[in-house]
Amino acid sequence: MGKTIAEIILSTKSRSDAHAGDIVVAQIDLAFVQDTTGPLTVRQFRAGGFKKLANSLKAAVFLDHAAPSQSREMSNDHILLREFARQTGALISEVGDGVCHQLVAESLAKPGDLIIGTDSHTVTAGGLGAFACGMGSSDVAIGLGLGRTWFRVPETFLVELKGKFAEGVSAKDLILYLIGQIGADGATYKALEFGGDGIGGMSISQRLTVSNMAVEAGAKVGLFPAEETTCRYLTEQGRADHYTPITADGDALYQRVIKIKLGDLEPMVAKSHTVDNVVPVREVIGTKIQQVSIGTCTNGRLEDIEIVARMLEGKHRHPDTRLIVTPASRDILMSATAAGYIKTLLEAGAVILPPGCGSCLGLHQGVLGDGESCLSTANRNFKGRMGSAEAFIYLGSPATAAATVVKGEITDPREFL
Amino acid sequence: MLTGKAFKFGDDISTDLIIPGKYAYLRSNLPELAKHVMEDADSTFASRVKQGDFIVGGNNFGLGSSREHAPLVIKMAGVKAILAKSVARIFFRNAINLGLPVLVCDTDSIGDGDELEIDLQSGVIKNKSNGKQLAFGKIPAVMLRILDEGGILPYIEKHGDFRL
Repeated sequence: MGKTIAEIILSTKSRSDAHAGDIVVAQIDLAFVQDTTGPLTVRQFRAGGFKKLANSLKAAVFLDHAAPSQSREMSNDHILLREFARQTGALISEVGDGVCHQLVAESLAKPGDLIIGTDSHTVTAGGLGAFACGMGSSDVAIGLGLGRTWFRVPETFLVELKGKFAEGVSAKDLILYLIGQIGADGATYKALEFGGDGIGGMSISQRLTVSNMAVEAGAKVGLFPAEETTCRYLTEQGRADHYTPITADGDALYQRVIKIKLGDLEPMVAKSHTVDNVVPVREVIGTKIQQVSIGTCTNGRLEDIEIVARMLEGKHRHPDTRLIVTPASRDILMSATAAGYIKTLLEAGAVILPPGCGSCLGLHQGVLGDGESCLSTANRNFKGRMGSAEAFIYLGSPATAAATVVKGEITDPREFL
Repeated sequence: MLTGKAFKFGDDISTDLIIPGKYAYLRSNLPELAKHVMEDADSTFASRVKQGDFIVGGNNFGLGSSREHAPLVIKMAGVKAILAKSVARIFFRNAINLGLPVLVCDTDSIGDGDELEIDLQSGVIKNKSNGKQLAFGKIPAVMLRILDEGGILPYIEKHGDFRL
């Protein structure tokens, strides 16, 4: 019987013939933590009696959620994490380098890798064909020490994409549409695998956006095959040697097949307070917005910033709407600066935050007040997520965000084409 | 046998409702962090919950972040089990890793404040307030072995590795 991408990777990493439903113990290629879940991971690592990292894996520590730190407490957590990295030889990514998931994609993840991270959006690296999975601190602590962890091999839903996006529509609209269709628990414990001729036209940036939000449908991983586009991306990153093609077997067994024609999609938003509360933008046009947040591990890449800058060229934010842009990494910020996008954004009235998670989790740098509404390109709109439990978060694409900040209310980006 | 009072919540209780990201700076000060347990879902919960009580949810309990602090602050509040119709993957694994049972069952017949008696061995929940009896789904065998040892750290301490 043929295998899905999830089964292929877990078979290789567990050196067994793994099929959906099996329990396997698999070797980890990369395990990482970030600054809000890392300190507990370090404590559990030590409580578990571990002194050093397993030889077989790469380990990384990212200071990105509070970057730079907004409080004495977080600064002390950063000290703890830097010490841990020094003691164990784990890679350390400093404040301002960027969001863990973007940096993993830029420089660490390889197709076919098994990656665990103490952050639910670890799934992002699935865009490069890595089995990348979010876990808690205890699981990752033990993974760091032993070099392996256990998995239930997931059943896979194949999402078959056909054709090309219409103008003004992008990967964010696709993943919002999918989550709206199957629900926030529609793929719980499952692997989502993306295939079909539609993926050929999708850049790695777009694939990372889609994989990033697989967890918002409950999925364990969101996997793209690794093919020419992946090869090109890795080559551009100076890591052509990291490329290996990965595709599912022709006779792989899928639990469910979902077909989507990309050309039929339109701009979508998720209304507060759940990510599956998805409607076409046209149904919420005119909703007043006080803050537009662009960035994060979902949509803070160069392509996203380029779309926004092109739309905002010669325009200005609405006087009642603030614009906060958080590039996902230092490289992205440098490229966006070199291309003139940052100048355009500043002229349009934007605040540019240092690369990192920014206001996404409500810790700092753009916390919402009571009764305020935010249109965000991030991945979560839960009640209280961005600070106030009395605030409302709408999730949309970079194009929708750009159109919205100009008019001060939710706007269909196709108006600006 | 576990006995205690049910605190009833609805569907989609996210990790942000359990312990908001805005308190991430308190995560190295667990007693302070734990004061905010369930704050945005029910601001009175932390002051009313007692040792031995239960949290009862609906669908997709614990969706969202991988923060293990979510089941951790629930456990610190004295809660002995979480009952829900369905549970998000990472939260489920995190709770079991901390030795906190998560029981999947139809929670519709449980009301806020109901007195429950739970037999983890037989898989039966008795609702002493309305006389109804419920069965909960089997915890997967791997997770049961981890739970039986009191969590993943004691499990690894005892076995030295995964013995699945």
